[in-house]
Amino acid sequence: MTTTSLEPPAGRGRAYWALADCWNVVRRTLTHYRGKPVYIAWQLGFPILSVLLYGYVFGGAMKPPGGGGADAYRDFLMPGMFVMTMAFGFINTATAVVTDANKGVIDRFRSMPMAPSAVVTGRGVTDVIIACAELAILAGTAFVMGWRSDGGFLGTVAAFGLLLLLRYCLTWVGIWLGLLVPDPEAAGGLFAVAFPLTMISSVFVQPGTMPDWLGTVAAWNPISSTAAATRELFGNPGAGGGSWVEQHALLMAVVWPVVITAVFLPLAVRRFQRLSR
Amino acid sequence: MDDWAVRAEGLEKRYGEKRALDGFDLAVRPGTVHGLLGPNGAGKTTAVRVLATLRRFDGGRAEVAGVDVARDPRRVRALIGLTGQYAAVDEILTGRQNLEMFGRLFHLGGRRARSRAAELLERFGLTEAADKGVEGYSGGMRRRLDLAASMILAPRVLFLDEPTTGLDPRGRGEVWDAVRDLVAGGTTVLLTTQYLEEADKLASRVTVIDRGRAIADDTPEALKDRVGGDRIEVVAAAPADLPRVAKTVARVCHGEPHVDEQERRVHAPVADRVVALTEVARTLQDEGVQVEDIGLRRPSLDDVFLRLTGHAADEANKEGAAA
Repeated sequence: MTTTSLEPPAGRGRAYWALADCWNVVRRTLTHYRGKPVYIAWQLGFPILSVLLYGYVFGGAMKPPGGGGADAYRDFLMPGMFVMTMAFGFINTATAVVTDANKGVIDRFRSMPMAPSAVVTGRGVTDVIIACAELAILAGTAFVMGWRSDGGFLGTVAAFGLLLLLRYCLTWVGIWLGLLVPDPEAAGGLFAVAFPLTMISSVFVQPGTMPDWLGTVAAWNPISSTAAATRELFGNPGAGGGSWVEQHALLMAVVWPVVITAVFLPLAVRRFQRLSR
Repeated sequence: MDDWAVRAEGLEKRYGEKRALDGFDLAVRPGTVHGLLGPNGAGKTTAVRVLATLRRFDGGRAEVAGVDVARDPRRVRALIGLTGQYAAVDEILTGRQNLEMFGRLFHLGGRRARSRAAELLERFGLTEAADKGVEGYSGGMRRRLDLAASMILAPRVLFLDEPTTGLDPRGRGEVWDAVRDLVAGGTTVLLTTQYLEEADKLASRVTVIDRGRAIADDTPEALKDRVGGDRIEVVAAAPADLPRVAKTVARVCHGEPHVDEQERRVHAPVADRVVALTEVARTLQDEGVQVEDIGLRRPSLDDVFLRLTGHAADEANKEGAAA
């Protein structure tokens, strides 16, 4: 048995360790997926299933905004499905955080000489990496189903960028909720909140077809802005609507995530710091 | 204060109106196991969390391995290990992956994290299970892996917060052996436990905490002596014999015996163990009194606990088992 030297490496500043520790926390979750391919199947299988179900079960019955049949509806639907997958992501964040908190893993991290910020930043980076994989698989599925982006390279990249921005800002919501709810079961129960929040939007239908008041709520739903903006960038049929927020979807698809981050990042950090109280 | 591995003076911690720590004092000698006992809610876990830098405190002073906890928590973290009430390891990773991950987070770098993980797996008897997922580990194996994870930097001070709660006797024995090994290697252990037997077996000194204050601090032996020396205990076969048993015990032991009618039990303190036992046994036999059981009993830490805190340790144990 050799004896490993346990001296801390000298000459590296806090900024270096903040990044290195963040990456180590990311690696931990990615190792989960390597060790447990079932996990990937679960997490990535759900969006694929949703695309197929909504596309083919409802597709024929839906009236697409610009006219046309089920194919046209699926062109309208796909960006909405991308948005919905990003939106539901905060539940995965919350579940992962509360699981670690309840098992004492977060306390162990906090009792170690690592950068405390890494617990939170590592989660954020992990979630964005997973979101990239989810989007790649979703877009592949959508492509097979006949969906195309007519937005050119830059438009397509920008659209995916907006989707990741939405996912990123919701990470803070997820971390905050993960430190708030008592157990993973309660985090799973967040679906009951997330589901109506994604339905009352332009993800599946035009807000114009809803009762006036509900249509207004749906139009102002942050995820409607991302849905409308990505549809515009992909060159897919849009949900239309004449209200200010619907006319400025590209702007609002950036403003909403910035506002959500501005509100929930401090809340999440404060919640994390409250663990020391 | 450098002579102490852990030193707390007048620690205070309030949660709103509640005083979780109310002037708590503690002094732990290097290279020993120091037990921290107390009923549920007495402040054991709060004390450990404050000393392990997980909670800020409101008053008093605390030093761990000579470093001020309030002023330099980051340096304290490089000198301590913490094993909490749950095995805080990653269920999905293998034992080896867990230790390598924690090693990298302890800033050992990839290569040293790998070799340190291999060393610790061997030391804690986990080499065979190293590449299996932790999900498949027994309770004892998980706690040993948990201990290994808190030993990555060979910490000067290890905090063990109820390390065997929920384990079967075999798992408990495995953890005890591991703790003894660590202390033999020079680590100082602060152990909280609800199992008094555990403190008796492992700790060379015990602090009893109640309502956020240390109410006793001594060796387990001295604490037991404080409750009283040896006692003789006789259980009569029939309730009708109780008065005669009590009279005999009183005569031999020169003291008013305690009579428990419900359990037909008579007990009294004795000065000379062997003489008292033989005397009582012979007299009872001569008088033809039937006896179900007779023996000498050393006070246990349970007696100490009951005397000092007014709660039986059992109450705490039951809650612990339910949790």
